[in-house]
Amino acid sequence: MNINKNKLNWIYKKLFTIRFFEERIKKIAKEKSVPGYLHTCIGSEAICVGVMSALSDDDWISSTYRNHGHAIAKNCELKQITSEIYGRSTGICKGRGGSMHISDFDKGMLGSFGIVAAGPPVVLGAALQEKINGGTKMSTTFFGDGAIHNGAFHEAAGLAKLWDIPMLFVCENNGYAEATATDWHLNTKELKDIVKAYDMISYQGDGNNVFEVHQITRDAIIESKAKNTPIFLEFKNYRFSGQYEGDTQLYQPLEEIEEAKKNDPIKKSIEMASEYNFSSDEIKKIQTDALNEVNEAFDFAETQPWPNPEDALEEVYVNYPKELLR
Amino acid sequence: MRELTVKEAINEALVESFENDKNVILMGEDIAGGKGRENYPGTQDSWGGPFGVTQGLLTKFGPERVRDTTITEAGFFGAAVGAAMTGLRPIVELMYVDFAGVCFDQLMNQAAKMRYMFGGKQSVPMVVRTVVGAGFRAGSEHSQTLYSLYAHIPGLKVVAPYDAFDAKGLLLSAIKDDDPVIFMEHKKLYMTKCDVPEGMKPIPLGKGRIRRPGKDVTIIAIQRMNLFAEEAAQKILEENIDCEIIDPRTYSPLDEELIFESVRKTGRVIVIDESNPKCSLASEITSLISEKCFNDLKTAVIKITAPHTPIPFSPPMEDFYIPSTKKIIEAIKKVHNA
Repeated sequence: MNINKNKLNWIYKKLFTIRFFEERIKKIAKEKSVPGYLHTCIGSEAICVGVMSALSDDDWISSTYRNHGHAIAKNCELKQITSEIYGRSTGICKGRGGSMHISDFDKGMLGSFGIVAAGPPVVLGAALQEKINGGTKMSTTFFGDGAIHNGAFHEAAGLAKLWDIPMLFVCENNGYAEATATDWHLNTKELKDIVKAYDMISYQGDGNNVFEVHQITRDAIIESKAKNTPIFLEFKNYRFSGQYEGDTQLYQPLEEIEEAKKNDPIKKSIEMASEYNFSSDEIKKIQTDALNEVNEAFDFAETQPWPNPEDALEEVYVNYPKELLR
Repeated sequence: MRELTVKEAINEALVESFENDKNVILMGEDIAGGKGRENYPGTQDSWGGPFGVTQGLLTKFGPERVRDTTITEAGFFGAAVGAAMTGLRPIVELMYVDFAGVCFDQLMNQAAKMRYMFGGKQSVPMVVRTVVGAGFRAGSEHSQTLYSLYAHIPGLKVVAPYDAFDAKGLLLSAIKDDDPVIFMEHKKLYMTKCDVPEGMKPIPLGKGRIRRPGKDVTIIAIQRMNLFAEEAAQKILEENIDCEIIDPRTYSPLDEELIFESVRKTGRVIVIDESNPKCSLASEITSLISEKCFNDLKTAVIKITAPHTPIPFSPPMEDFYIPSTKKIIEAIKKVHNA
């Protein structure tokens, strides 16, 4: 696969950054040193990075409450992400979003939604706008396997196909819809067949293999644009994290977790590094850099000022009499 | 001057907005009619929605901008959110306000909260046009108003015009507005007429209107209730009672000051709302008056609303459900003599 060295460096750096970041989040969650709900994406790194490595910086995406990996891979500012999770005024959403809503419109993020399957219709709209205005930005919506039963997903899929809208539906099939196992909740043998009724093209890939994810996504973008059609991608991986931090995960059998560890996307990426002409020293150096950046981001966030309480009244509307907000 | 119906005025506002801004698009179920039958003469644009309001738009502006959708409110409402954020000005039609349940997430959690929750970098300039109101013998699921459901949600603006003049001017503003606006059209008012000058300017959102100046009693009337308020005010003149009628026109933002000024003058207030009474616009306006104008009140505010029931089908029952001119006259006498 021809990926230039800059991009390869970027891929490894992002993979490690996301893993270190989420490990640190798990730690601060245990210490209870941040407010609010936290959902980490340990096990999803290769999907976040693989898809984003095939997209341009200004392409549109939507994410979910499990968004840290998407935001990092979409090149959102790490310090601002962290500051947001701490609820500080310099956060990426000015402290009004929190961990579940990390999103930067300037980086092509339409939003990170706390509602399962809220993203596909919104991304359909961005893709429709590109089509009407003759734009070239790709539109990609990320969601988990739990979302494929939701009506909003199906309505967006149906309209996208009917209207010949180029866009990607990216399903992270991580084995669990909250606390419910995917192999129990699926109505089809293969998840990717859920869009067969819409006559939509769909592909499946190994979500633990960042290069496979990259290749499938890159090909899908070309095909989607050439054929003016939405494409559904299913990437299989394993959710090592619980539904949220603090989840006992008793519904995930220990032997299943042990088995999944053999395919850990970070482990797998390191094993593949030599194929892409990385020396082990180079990999170690990237790891060190990533860890340093993560540590700096957390040091930064911890010292940032809280928002003024009255800032809660800002930016509810573009135009609205302020005195009526109280 | 020329007269237009509310329906014609709305159609005209849509046409002008389409002409003035190429980013304006319209999406909805059967807004044109004949989708899929393009090869048969006479089929296209044969509906214009169940009330014919959007008829002609497809012919003028084509299927790219006038998009007849499948029955997928969550799908195309969400699409409007994404399209609005990225540069279009979508207008979506919710055929009846009663259907809101199937797409409320996209309105309440996405359209309304995007700007705030994601740090204020984007806005969502979309308009939801929807049909409200009882009196059409349309039963419990095609007759509600649900004004307060929308006015309750920060991030949404709510407009409910009474006559053709306001309908046109307010819709022009709603489409130009950078926030999501819910624009409510009353099905019993579509065929009512009034003067609408050519080339009229947009009417700013958040400004109410004194429909009838008076000195004795303030009547705050919501949308179709202006009709009954006017009838009652005419009638009660025989008894030398001079009523002032306020039509707030928009409910988020609400022109509170216009209401308070009138209340300070008369001290006697009636609020009329055809919605169900609990947590309604009538309760909201009444509570604002008691908070801000308590010392100006000469007697308790009277709320006239529908009862706390679903809307019945059978004409005698539906007529009983809707506030009547008779009830308003009784209330005027009561607050006046108190």
